Amino acid sequence: MQLFPCPFCGLRAETEFHFGAEAGKTRPEPAADVSAADWARYLHAKKNPKGPSREIWVHETCGEFFLLERDTVTHEVTGSQSLRKGEP
Amino acid sequence: MTARRIPTPTGPGLHFTFDGRAMTGIAGDTIASALLANGVRVVGRSFKYHRPRGIFGYGAEEPNALVDVTVNGRTTPNLRATTEPLQDGMDVRSVNASPTAAHDRNGFLDGFSRFIPAGFYYKTFIWPDWHLFEPRIRAMAGLGRLDLDNRPAADCPQIAARCDVLVVGAGPAGLAAARAASAAGQSVMLVDDQTEPGGSLRLHDATIDGMSGTEWASGIVADLRRAGHTVLTRTTAFGVYDHGLVSAWQRREGKPDALWQIRAKTVVVAAGAIERPLVFPDNDRPGIMSAEAALAYLKLHGVLVGSRIVLATNNDRAYFVAQALRSAGAEVTVADTRAAPPASADAITRLAGATIDAVHGRDGVEAVNIGGQRLECDCLLVSGGYTPTVHLHCQAGGKLRYDDQIAAFIPAAFRPGMVVVGAANGVFGLSGALAEGHAAGGGKDAPPSPASPDEAHAIEPAWPVPGKPGRQWIDFQNDVTLKDVELAARENFRSVEHLKRYTTLGMATDQGKTSNMNGLAAMAAVTGRTIAETGTTTYRPPFVPVPLTVVAGRRRGELFNPVRRLTLENEYRKTGAVFREYGGWLRPAWFGTGKAEDEIAREALRSRETVGILDASPLGKIEVIGPDAGALVDYNSYHTISTLKPGRIRYGFMLTESGVIYDDGVVSKVSDEHYIVSCSSGHVAGVTARLEEWRQDRFDPARVFVHNSTPHWATLTATGPRSRDLVAALGLGVDLADDALPHMAFAECRFDGTTARLARVSFTGDRSYEVSVPQSKAAALLAAMTEAGRPLGAVALGSEALLLMRAEKGFIIAGKDTDGTTMPHDLGITAPRDRRKGEFVGKRSLFTDNALRDDRQQGVGLVAVDENVPLPVGAHGVATRDGVRRSIGFVTSSYMSQTLGRPIALALIERGLSRIGEQIELVHLGRTMRATIAPACAFDPEGARING
Repeated sequence: MQLFPCPFCGLRAETEFHFGAEAGKTRPEPAADVSAADWARYLHAKKNPKGPSREIWVHETCGEFFLLERDTVTHEVTGSQSLRKGEP
Repeated sequence: MTARRIPTPTGPGLHFTFDGRAMTGIAGDTIASALLANGVRVVGRSFKYHRPRGIFGYGAEEPNALVDVTVNGRTTPNLRATTEPLQDGMDVRSVNASPTAAHDRNGFLDGFSRFIPAGFYYKTFIWPDWHLFEPRIRAMAGLGRLDLDNRPAADCPQIAARCDVLVVGAGPAGLAAARAASAAGQSVMLVDDQTEPGGSLRLHDATIDGMSGTEWASGIVADLRRAGHTVLTRTTAFGVYDHGLVSAWQRREGKPDALWQIRAKTVVVAAGAIERPLVFPDNDRPGIMSAEAALAYLKLHGVLVGSRIVLATNNDRAYFVAQALRSAGAEVTVADTRAAPPASADAITRLAGATIDAVHGRDGVEAVNIGGQRLECDCLLVSGGYTPTVHLHCQAGGKLRYDDQIAAFIPAAFRPGMVVVGAANGVFGLSGALAEGHAAGGGKDAPPSPASPDEAHAIEPAWPVPGKPGRQWIDFQNDVTLKDVELAARENFRSVEHLKRYTTLGMATDQGKTSNMNGLAAMAAVTGRTIAETGTTTYRPPFVPVPLTVVAGRRRGELFNPVRRLTLENEYRKTGAVFREYGGWLRPAWFGTGKAEDEIAREALRSRETVGILDASPLGKIEVIGPDAGALVDYNSYHTISTLKPGRIRYGFMLTESGVIYDDGVVSKVSDEHYIVSCSSGHVAGVTARLEEWRQDRFDPARVFVHNSTPHWATLTATGPRSRDLVAALGLGVDLADDALPHMAFAECRFDGTTARLARVSFTGDRSYEVSVPQSKAAALLAAMTEAGRPLGAVALGSEALLLMRAEKGFIIAGKDTDGTTMPHDLGITAPRDRRKGEFVGKRSLFTDNALRDDRQQGVGLVAVDENVPLPVGAHGVATRDGVRRSIGFVTSSYMSQTLGRPIALALIERGLSRIGEQIELVHLGRTMRATIAPACAFDPEGARING
């Protein structure tokens, strides 16, 4: 059972969290200008890195999405950041 | 082995049976000690060869003594006799033996052993098909029997705990650590798998800080408890998981077992060490026992395991055991493998350079051959050295190094937050263990010190020697011999991981606690490598078998996935509701005691004639509020919602980014800054989560809020031609005229002094009104509607009738009448795709090549051709192309409609929308039938009834 740091609630058990998406992905728009390949990449291509990763998770109990930096091999959590505007 | 009690017990005993024989034990016995005291030598049969086996160890390491135990009518299979306290009335049965351990009809298998080495079954029965042979082979092997009638209660609690220092093992090192940590002001948890603290102090006499070892131990435990720390006995820390979580299984007197989930800043592993066997021909015979186990049975249970004992050893520690047994009245000969055994003043007979060449006695040791000489004995004790219990360290990712001095693997470097001390760290002397524990607990002062110098523990490895005749056992529980290891090496399974999987060495329920070291030492010898080069297999949790009831805890049965319940459930029970689960909610399926189909038909017909009253509380009510509420709702909808006038409602879909229908429902626009998303009952959490995700990702979270208010509202729907009359009688203060409140209109109103909501939406196709009131007014609303409905001939409507009525209208259930490919245009709804400007979730996916194919499965109705009975749900439409029959879709919903006097069905059928009127063939479980493709809506296609 991992412990994840919610930027609002602190360290909580991983069962309270849900994976959102990998960080840094931008939705290609507008639809009319997006090639099928770009759209497919957006929908389906995941980096799934071995080692350090940046991911968006949601702490379901408070509902807040945040940036979680962790190592997919060692499960070490290296960072957690609010995604609210004006916050670091 | 002629074991006996010392002294002879007095007082009332505990009565139990073993393989049907009545026996008596005493309080404090384990099953194993009681069996020994009753002279039982053969306690079970081995897994593969059905060899007679006796008790080898005294704790979790025991490989042989597995038993099925029935107590208080509850049977638990494969318990370790060595770790189970004896209870009065226990029925104990040996495993893998039929009819009994002493007389096993499969015992002949041992005679064929040379023909069935490791891998034999897989090599031999590969042709024509292993699965033909598997059932009979499995029946001969295998362990205890499951009691299929056993339905254990879901009553094991799971307890989360935190502390500064968790100490695993209450031996001298662990106690010293806990004591020091407490003194340093740390919060401490101490867990130990024995009934009493003390560890090796309970077996070896010692004086620490002026007290006897056991007094010292119980004094520390009392101090810890007094200081508010937690000490758990009979508790096994069995696993280390991510981020340092330690799981521990606690056995509790008279209470269900508990699972502790412990997070500590520091874990001190003081788990001790396990004595391993020596490897010689027939070293698995009953009556051959670990020397330390013999000491434990003597010291803890007053059982002397033999009167003429040979103790084979390669180390000094065994001499202490020999002395203790001799003092208790046994005649002891030490057969030391070393050329120069330690000199000593005691009068114990010792043989130098002695190896056991043969063991006599099939069902119990009668004599051994040492150097060509026969030595009569009734018990053979073995001590091949000690294997530190490093499991938790390794589970946490720690590495090991081989220490020649003690012939064992010990931790190479500790993991962050974990320290290994005492025997588990290869420190076998008492003073060293105390000092290490003391330091690990943060003790800066002088550690507790023993009065006398440490016992000697010099060891000279006596590893298995390949190439010798006879069968020498490495793994007792999985019946792996030295020859199997040699065979594995010959066939190039030389890595220890391959050795393990090929021979099953260490894969039994004891996980090789007594066998792994000998196994890898044997592999090292066969392959000419050092033990360090050969390495160990991976350590994985759990350290001991943990019952699944403990792991599952209370999350089983009704609590596995608890249903949600209506506020008015009890009211509906009074009026004869039959409940079923729909989308996670327990809802009335129908009312009445008649046949289900009759009651459902009655409800549907009456509702279409007059008015039905339905509990629609589970329907989603997700409030979206704020200046950007309209934009958020629009972005998440296939249809544009915000263009509605306040007080109006629109039906629509919520799509995934793949363009697939995730949910359907209606959205009410209360005002420009307030919308209510009324999604399907089963999708409330999912729709809320999606809205929330986009809110935070794409919008300014300060300008729009999402709040799921579903649980706050009770919603009762009146549907049918007389529904307006019914609602009028409620006095909600709303003009119900159709031009004031048309279909798809919303109004806030008052009921019984509180705010209420009224929505004209219909899932039946008939005029309908949804009345929502705070849950506290649910009963009042039901009473008022029932009262108002009585003169109108109103009927209570269950979910089944509603499902039927919506299917008559061709209204879908998202996820039932759609699947993971269905897009809105597959249901014929294309306007937003074709005309809507701007972005919305899933938009681009509606224009992919795949989305634009003309052979997509589309939502249609089906009319059965051959019989007037409903088509089976799941029946596939089939078409034959190039001689190959293939599926063109399937039936998603199917009912008997009394309103129409015929069955109706909804289906997803390839090109269905352009094939209305065509006949297709369907197959289901070998049956073939025909149906005609029809529009999904089978009833009132003009929609006249919505205002009827």
